[in-house]
Amino acid sequence: MENRLYKRDIISIADFDRKDLELVLETAAQLKNSPRPDLLQGKVIASCFFEASTRTRLSFETAVQRLGGTLIGFSDAGNTSAKKGETLADSVNIISSYTDAFVMRHPQEGSARLASEFSSVPVINGGDGSNQHPTQTLLDLFSIRECQGKLDGLKVAFVGDLKYGRTVHSLAQALCHFGAEFTFIAPKALAMPDYILEELDEKGIKYRFSDSIEETAPQVDIIYMTRVQKERFDETEYKHIASKYILDVESLKDAKENLKVLHPLPRVDEIAVEVDKTPYAYYFQQAENGVYARQALLALVLNEVV
Amino acid sequence: MRKKLQVEAICQGTVIDHIPAGQGIKILDRLRLLDSNASITVGFNLPSKDQGHKDIIKVTSRKFTEQEANQLALFAPSATINVIDNYEVVDKFKMALPESLQGAFTCPNSNCITHNEPVDTHFYLREHNGDVRLKCKYCEKSFSKDIVAEL
Repeated sequence: MENRLYKRDIISIADFDRKDLELVLETAAQLKNSPRPDLLQGKVIASCFFEASTRTRLSFETAVQRLGGTLIGFSDAGNTSAKKGETLADSVNIISSYTDAFVMRHPQEGSARLASEFSSVPVINGGDGSNQHPTQTLLDLFSIRECQGKLDGLKVAFVGDLKYGRTVHSLAQALCHFGAEFTFIAPKALAMPDYILEELDEKGIKYRFSDSIEETAPQVDIIYMTRVQKERFDETEYKHIASKYILDVESLKDAKENLKVLHPLPRVDEIAVEVDKTPYAYYFQQAENGVYARQALLALVLNEVV
Repeated sequence: MRKKLQVEAICQGTVIDHIPAGQGIKILDRLRLLDSNASITVGFNLPSKDQGHKDIIKVTSRKFTEQEANQLALFAPSATINVIDNYEVVDKFKMALPESLQGAFTCPNSNCITHNEPVDTHFYLREHNGDVRLKCKYCEKSFSKDIVAEL
């Protein structure tokens, strides 16, 4: 497969077409089956987390080391020159001159796109504010393909906070390349935003709304759970709505055999612990897949031939 | 019968004609036309054959930059720009909505990185259901043109 991602910045899932996505997923599958500790040999990767993160940073850093690369960087901006008032543009300009790729997370939207304009090496976005988190979407797609054996024509339900959840927006946009059908289950105040629905309409993607996980489970291949944040509601209101958006074993009693439940994690109480033992739970494998998806990206961006 | 102009003709400069009534003030403000030394004659709510009412702005001895013309297209896509030399119209062009606008407006998203960094804002424009939407190249948020332009 031609490496279309060589030397490219990985900023937004909107920059990926179907072929790009397939290339990453195929490479991730290969690396999961046969590790390649040679692919980043001799490469130094910057891992600059201007905002704290657990899974994203650790899985990126694991990915670099599994491919034979080494790391420099920081896990929060507290002790860096950003604290002294240095612009992000200057920080990126300098750090990129030390390294072969620049992995970053930053609390402001647009930071990764801006960094790519000042970096001399490819930038990989590990999350920019509420905007994009493309590697999460890639690991979600990889997990869906792995557990369903395909990506085309799947029925996917999104549950929980569909308004503020960037992972939900990006995944829905990416699945449009594969003709998915969607069901949205969310409290009114956290419904899928209009601009995403408009995009789906323009692309001719079918979607519907529901307020019951139990009624939806028999019709879909994937349930993608997200957390309804308590702080967005007053206490009485939260108690009233929260139970509707909690997945337990009972709500899966008529589920399709191939159904898998995904969650970007961390989970709080929206998936009952008892679900972990059912064959439907796939969120821990999904989290593990973060390493393979990030390995694939790093390998493709830094090697003309993988 | 001799037709009398409601707004005095200018010898040299630019006439922005067919501005939708009500937009003239915004254009004066947005393009900071009053900050320059140019003499400016304006007409608001003038009768127009095509539009019912229109605004008109005449600026003496001043040409518009491409960026100003692009901003103008956002406020008044139906406007025409007439370049005047010796009381004659020597060039006339219609506004066209540009594909993108750089450095003209602040991003309404207060958490957008462009507020803190040494870059020009950059918006991609597209028409949606009769409204012009501007999408920030950096934070990727989309806004109605009124929200962006009123800042």
